[in-house]
Amino acid sequence: MNTLALSHEILMSIEKPARYIGHEINSVRKDPTKVDVRFAMCFPDVYEIGMSHLGIQIIYDMLNRRDDVFCERVYSPWLDLDAIMREKGIPLFALESQTPVKEFDFLGITIQYEMCYTNILQILDLSGIPICAKDRTESDPIVIGGGPCTYNPEPLADFFDLFYIGEGETEYYHLIDLYKKNQRDGGSRKDFLEKAAAVPGMYVPSLYDVLYHPDGTIMEMRPNHPNAPEKVRRQVVVDVTDTFYPEAPVVPYIKATQDRVVLEIQRGCIRGCRFCQAGQVYRPVRERDVEMLKSCAAAMLANTGHEEISLSSLSSSDYSSLKELTYYLIDVCREKRVNISLPSLRIDAFSLDVMSKVQDVRKGSMTFAPEAGSQRMRDVINKGLTEEDILNGAMEAFRGGWQKVKLYFMLGLPGETEEDIRGIAYLSDAIARQYYSIPKEQRNGRCAITASASFFVPKPFTPLQWAPMSDYKTYMDKAHIVNDCMKEQLNRKSIRFQWHDAKTTILEGVLARGDRRLCRVIYDAYRAGCLYDAWTEYFDYDKWMRAFDANGIDISFYTTRKRELDERFPWDFIDIGVTKQFLQREWKRSLAGETTPNCRAQCSGCGASVYGGGVCYESKD
Amino acid sequence: MKVRIKFTKTGPMQYVGHLDLLRYFQKAFRRAGVDIAYSSGYRPHQIVSFASPLGIGLTSEGEYMDAQFVTVDDSQTMIDRLNAVMAEGIRITQFLVLDEKERNAMASVAGADYRVTVRQGYYELVDFSDFCGEFLRQDAIFVTKKTKKGEKDEDIRPYIYEMRGTAEGLYLLLCAGSSHNLKPETVMEAFCAFLHMPYETFGFRIHRLDTYLQDDPDDITTLRPLGAVGHEAKTDHYETKE
Ligand code: SF4
Repeated sequence: MNTLALSHEILMSIEKPARYIGHEINSVRKDPTKVDVRFAMCFPDVYEIGMSHLGIQIIYDMLNRRDDVFCERVYSPWLDLDAIMREKGIPLFALESQTPVKEFDFLGITIQYEMCYTNILQILDLSGIPICAKDRTESDPIVIGGGPCTYNPEPLADFFDLFYIGEGETEYYHLIDLYKKNQRDGGSRKDFLEKAAAVPGMYVPSLYDVLYHPDGTIMEMRPNHPNAPEKVRRQVVVDVTDTFYPEAPVVPYIKATQDRVVLEIQRGCIRGCRFCQAGQVYRPVRERDVEMLKSCAAAMLANTGHEEISLSSLSSSDYSSLKELTYYLIDVCREKRVNISLPSLRIDAFSLDVMSKVQDVRKGSMTFAPEAGSQRMRDVINKGLTEEDILNGAMEAFRGGWQKVKLYFMLGLPGETEEDIRGIAYLSDAIARQYYSIPKEQRNGRCAITASASFFVPKPFTPLQWAPMSDYKTYMDKAHIVNDCMKEQLNRKSIRFQWHDAKTTILEGVLARGDRRLCRVIYDAYRAGCLYDAWTEYFDYDKWMRAFDANGIDISFYTTRKRELDERFPWDFIDIGVTKQFLQREWKRSLAGETTPNCRAQCSGCGASVYGGGVCYESKD
Repeated sequence: MKVRIKFTKTGPMQYVGHLDLLRYFQKAFRRAGVDIAYSSGYRPHQIVSFASPLGIGLTSEGEYMDAQFVTVDDSQTMIDRLNAVMAEGIRITQFLVLDEKERNAMASVAGADYRVTVRQGYYELVDFSDFCGEFLRQDAIFVTKKTKKGEKDEDIRPYIYEMRGTAEGLYLLLCAGSSHNLKPETVMEAFCAFLHMPYETFGFRIHRLDTYLQDDPDDITTLRPLGAVGHEAKTDHYETKE
């Protein structure tokens, strides 16, 4: 009896066959014939990456709590299996039942980054589902997209039947109920999508027509069905304590990128860094109750057996009960021999104390994300971190015994001058100087500073959504300026500088602020063999550029073009709560180098208070 | 205290590799909440080792691992607690407490036996069992072994302790362990060559029946299952918790 979709011969001929066998601890078993709705939840990247994602585990748990629904998982087959499936005509299958995705009612795809777009097409293609939504028939699953990239879903508009804009916990049950009712009533796929368009947060791209100005910008996005709202309102979970949280997440057999319990302590961020999309689209900040987190942590550790737990949030230091939670976890974890990992902590006395308890300082490293080298630039992006903060933090860390420091920067920020760029080298050197100011006998050899630079990609719904990007050569020149400047620094031997290739940045930039006209390009790029674009070794920039050329699309329209303040953006039909007026105000302040206080210091009236919860309603003294 | 655990590895679990299986057990011990011992330091880890790694794609009902425990309940309770958190395909079948002087499983492995059957769709008209005797009557059975320095011929005949036909297929008892580890696939490849038949990599289902230690290195009749040493744990005897 073979309970697996792939034969022994195939499993033995591919890398890591355990990616495809399902049956993991805590994976859900149901009889597919005994449920009303089968939902395939997909993360379009390789298993180890997809299994590390908390969002899928939340939805998986939430949907499987219903007896009438069976939610299963799907990941991208790796290239070796991809080739075999095509050659032998094996349809893509879901892990739990090992049955074809095409037999499901829904295929839900979480869209976490732009560079996975061709992987989405692979999923559809291997499933035998027509790639374009308009070609699908009654026997195909409803293809629904969710996740951060749905804050501009337009480049994918042709491939999805609908998008859900907002946090998964709120509307899926309604959607499932609606689907069941439509089935009972003998409604068609079209009927369902038209009804779904009226559910809050649902966007059915086929129910909208886009009209363009002669210059290529958008004139209007017009609903072509009465159920399709002019504006789609992002849905949020106001109470993040009394909600779904997976107490028994699935534990993979092979090592996932995040091989640990992930405890999401809050959603959103008070900081308002102007480049950060998450900081805007997850407003307002909502904290989970510390008692809930304690009990979730204990339950998840017991149910998974993971040897590590990690706190997750955009800025953990801003969580009000952080001390209580951390010291609780330290106690529990010491007893259970569980490691704690605390990313995104501001370096201060508390975090150093905690870090010294949970890691070996000699081996561990301290991470700072100044994002920009000069104070002027940090003001432009509203990164509320001063040089003094960084140097003092580093000094405290050095005195505490740390020697390794990691620094993250961005290049290509709006209005950046050569001096700003060189600032990255100056700041790295200044940190090293701090270290060497400690008397020699108290130091332990050299310090090791690693500075990494990525290139800035303007994202929808950020104050910097108006910012023009640079071209490839300019980006690489900027990186070389830093690199040359590093070589002139006193402590150059203690500093390592690394930077990303800007080709990925450019494509990411095009797709991030793209419109529906890019669907054809993505399709052609996929047909030309582009896949796993997020993996540098498989990313083929030239193939992509040929696909743009073939479609007569000049990428500079999306990258380097200057956007007017009143331009209508492809994503403007989405209402995220935060208003365009606020973003415009922030963009202007950014150009003027003015900072904006965080939500707890002073509310800036961004608009997110319409959700009626979170930080906007905390009592402020 | 030293503990030896015997387990099966079948079904989908045959595709989980050796290192992943180790991680699987480490998490399973935590889920079961058993009182396993940890190393000290910033990253404490469980002290666990397998007897003889099983290749991916092979199944087994005779796998062993050794682990250090702080306290244990009686063997049956321990088996039940562990089986309650096992994945499909892994069953704990023995839980033994070893004397401290007992050599660990990995060091004591000397042999393993297998059931080899023909996978559906392969070698349909061949009855391998008819030829075992003839195969074994050869003075030497040379196979080409890839080494770091290139290829070298090796005689595997001395390491085939037993090979015969059974109702289901073939029974093989082979030398295993650190000195000479003879894989059943190697034997089958040589057997096919002897019969002038192409060797099909996926043509056989190989199932390990048990893993053995050997009391006298010169006498293979002293082979005993790794689970024949040690003794059942009894609560009153070994419970050291206050
Ligand atoms: S309304 Fe004010 S407090 Fe609320 S998220 Fe916006 S800026 Fe922050």
